[in-house]
This record gives sequence, structure tokens and C-alpha cells, in this order.
Amino acid sequence: MPTRRRFLATLTAIAGAPLVARAALAQTDGRESLIRQVTGGAPVTAGRVKLDTPTLADNGHSVPLRVIVESPMTATDYVRSVTLLAERNPRPIVATFSLGPRAGRAEVFTRIRLADTQEVLALAQLSDGSYWSGTAKVIVTELACLDGS
Amino acid sequence: MHLRLSAVLFFFFLVSPVSAAEPKRPSPLKSGAEFASADIRAMQTDDFANPGMLWVARGETLWREAAGNSGKSCASCHRDARDSMKGVAARYPAIDPGAARLVSLEGRINTCRSRQQQAEPLQYESEELLALSAYVAHQSRGMPLKVVIDMQNRRNFERGRDFYYRRLGQMNLSCAQCHERNWGRRLLNETISQGHGNAYPIYRLKWQNMGSLHRRFRSCLHGVRAEMLPAGNPDYIDLELFLAWRAQGLPIETPG
Amino acid sequence: MLARVLVPREARRGEVIQIRISIRHPMETGFRYDNSGRVIPKNVINSLVCRYNGVAIFSAEMGSGIAANPQLQFYTVAQASGEFVFEWVDDAGQRGAERAVITVTG
Repeated sequence: MPTRRRFLATLTAIAGAPLVARAALAQTDGRESLIRQVTGGAPVTAGRVKLDTPTLADNGHSVPLRVIVESPMTATDYVRSVTLLAERNPRPIVATFSLGPRAGRAEVFTRIRLADTQEVLALAQLSDGSYWSGTAKVIVTELACLDGS
Repeated sequence: MHLRLSAVLFFFFLVSPVSAAEPKRPSPLKSGAEFASADIRAMQTDDFANPGMLWVARGETLWREAAGNSGKSCASCHRDARDSMKGVAARYPAIDPGAARLVSLEGRINTCRSRQQQAEPLQYESEELLALSAYVAHQSRGMPLKVVIDMQNRRNFERGRDFYYRRLGQMNLSCAQCHERNWGRRLLNETISQGHGNAYPIYRLKWQNMGSLHRRFRSCLHGVRAEMLPAGNPDYIDLELFLAWRAQGLPIETPG
Repeated sequence: MLARVLVPREARRGEVIQIRISIRHPMETGFRYDNSGRVIPKNVINSLVCRYNGVAIFSAEMGSGIAANPQLQFYTVAQASGEFVFEWVDDAGQRGAERAVITVTG
């Protein structure tokens, strides 16, 4: 159903544009402080990190997510860690995975909970200490965490 | 001549049982998986990704564990479930000759426990009963559902059928109105399925847990604001029989 | 704690292999209520480590944002025959462990 998803995404984009603009401003501030919790203020470059996750979640209680970081994964150039952030979740730092030169491939798959439609963010720290980020927008209709059930 | 023929026909329709017309079965017959998203289908077909397999794994362990005063396990009598349980779930619910009543697979597991193992029956929705029923039904995965309606279970079938077509709850909706007349249409963020039980017990993302078909019935009844009978209720078992008849030919997919 | 692991039984030296683990755990968020209206206390698997012949090759720090009955999939380079040991602990202090053996050729 890719057409339906695209249509839904477009509709949401048009309908929510003014709201998103205002929310984006609030989110940027919140997001920056959230990122700082992980990086300690170190600069983050957008890139190298790809998130593979559905555009429309079947259910917020279980959203499949694959993070792939571009890296040769050699003894001297590898991914140290990957942190998943979901800023609209009650606990925005979802998980931190520690990899290392023996990983072979900087790729982790898991299933996460999303409490609302949001942009999921992944921060990867490389062996040289630099931080890279990637995002993916996920629409969630059946929310996790806060519905009390 | 005409009058006599029509009189005969008139009397025929008058005295023949009203239920002579068998309820429709959906066509084409589609399993619930066909109405789920590609992600969910992928999760179901991947035996490792499928969370329900955690219960099947537990069921395999429980199968070999001694229970009750007998000190016997399921395996003591039934040996390897992969042989002995093959095809069993496909013909349930079935009449339990010992009790002369219709039982679900869960019910049969419990009668074995009390009669053969001298063990306490397991509660519906308990981790153990879900695990055992998932494990047993899983041994019939891929086999078509095949319940036979005969004189012994005819009354159960009819009660189940009547339940299916009865309007219930504040919303005054019957199972048929969604699952027979509107399958394929959207409701909230989902597509209405044909309402078959061939993949049960299932792992439902909303439940974040494994659940039986009776739990699903309760969810549906809650949805139409009707009284939710407790799991294990004979009305549900009659309904299960009707559903199994309605879904005949569909393969078992447990754990869905 | 019930868990299933998927590790290839055999691999060639230097081959990148996929490791999967699936654990039966409700990952209780602490935001849910029982039928009496009481909060069900938070209890999630907060830490997991995978060691390959004694060396940690993957670890995860997790919170309630990881779905119930957590599943993880990651990779490592097959180096020597031996054992994978998975160990994890939840907020209540319950520990879990699983092992898998691998034969590495070449």
C-alpha cells in the first residue's frame, strides 16, 4: 500500500503544516537538550545513519526499527555506539547499543514503542569520537505508553 | 395440476426446518494475515521474529514436564507432539466423549490434566495454557481446518451460528455485520478481516502479549459495548465451532 | 527467563554473522494500571551483554521504549570456534542467560 501511505503522509503534511512549524520550534529546543544528554555538547553531523522503519506504524507498542551506520568497521575506524531517541516518548532515550570493531557491520534491529507520531532520531558515535545522526518520521495512530492500558 | 404442485411446494417450505439454508461462507476465503500489513505478515512468517513462538517454545517445555499427582507429563502418554498432535487442532472444537459436551482445544488440555494427570486445570489466558495450546495447535500448522458437523454437535453449531448473527450490545452489531458484510473495509487504522480463528492463540501487538480466541471475542464484545462473557464460557465454544466450520479449508497458522 | 537465540552453527573465519535474540519479558513501562487501578510497577530489561569467547561484542542499555518481548539483531565477525553467552538483567534484579555454540572453519 505505498500509494496510500504517501497519500496519507501528504495529507498529514498539508493539514499539519502550520502546527508542525510551531511544534518544530519547540521540538528543536527540546531535541537539542536531549541530544546534549547523549553527546555532552559535542557537535553532531547529519548523515551516515540510516533508519529503516515503517512510515505508518501498525501499532505504537511494537515498531520495527533497523539502524544502519555507514562505516568500514575496521580496527581503527568503527562505530562505538548507537543511541535511539524518541522525543515524544515519556522517556525519550530509548536505548543505547555498544558495538565496536568486532561487529563487522554497524547494524542493529529491534522493536520500539512510540507514544506519538514523531521523528525518531539515531545518534552514532564513531571511534574518532565524532557524532552522526539520522532520522525517520513515523506516524502512529495506536499510541504506546500513555493510553493507560 | 399447477395448484397441486404449488400446494405441495408451499407445504414443503412450511414444514422444512428454517435452518435448511446454510449460512454463507465468505468467498474468497481469506485468512486474517491477508488483511494485515506487510510488516505484520513478515513478522508472522519469520519464526524467530514471531513473538508467539516464545509461547510455543514454553509449550514444548511444559509438554515434557510432569504435572499433578500423577507425575506424568503430556509426553508420557502422547510421546512426541510433532506426531501425536498433528492434525488435532484442525478438528477442534470437538465433542469430548467422556463429558458428552463440546470442548475447545484449551478445554481438552484441561480435561487431560484433570483426568490423566490429576492436575489442576489451567486458567484461560494463563501463560501455561496459552503456551500449551499454542504448542499443540502449532503442530497442525499448514493443515486445513476441518470440523465435521454431525448429530452430536449440531445443536452447538446452531447456537454458535445464532450467536454470530445476533445483534449485540449498545451498538447493536452482530459479528456478521463486520466480518461477513464489511470485511475488507477500514475500521480505525485496520482493515476488517473475515474473523477466522485459524491462527489462534495469537500474539496481538495491542495486547503486547499472547491471547486466546476467547480473549478476542471479549475484545469484540467490548467493542460493541456488549456484555463480555468470561473466557471458557460454553457460548464462546459454540461460536468457535461455527467459526471453525466457516473457516474450513483455511490452514492453521498458529501462532498468528 | 525464557529466551531464544539464533546464532549460525557454522561460519568461516572472518565472515560477518547475524545474531538474534528474543526474550519473553513484558517490559513493563510503569504507566499501566491493573484492574484495581493500581500502577503496575516499571520493570524492564535494562542491560544485556553478548560475549563471544569471553569478550563482549555487543551490549544494550534499554528502557521502556523497547517493545515488550524484546528482540535484538546485531552482527559480529566469526573469529574462532566457541561459545556465545548472552546475559541480561531487569529492574527487579531478575537475571537471564542463554548460550550458543559456534564452529568456525578456515
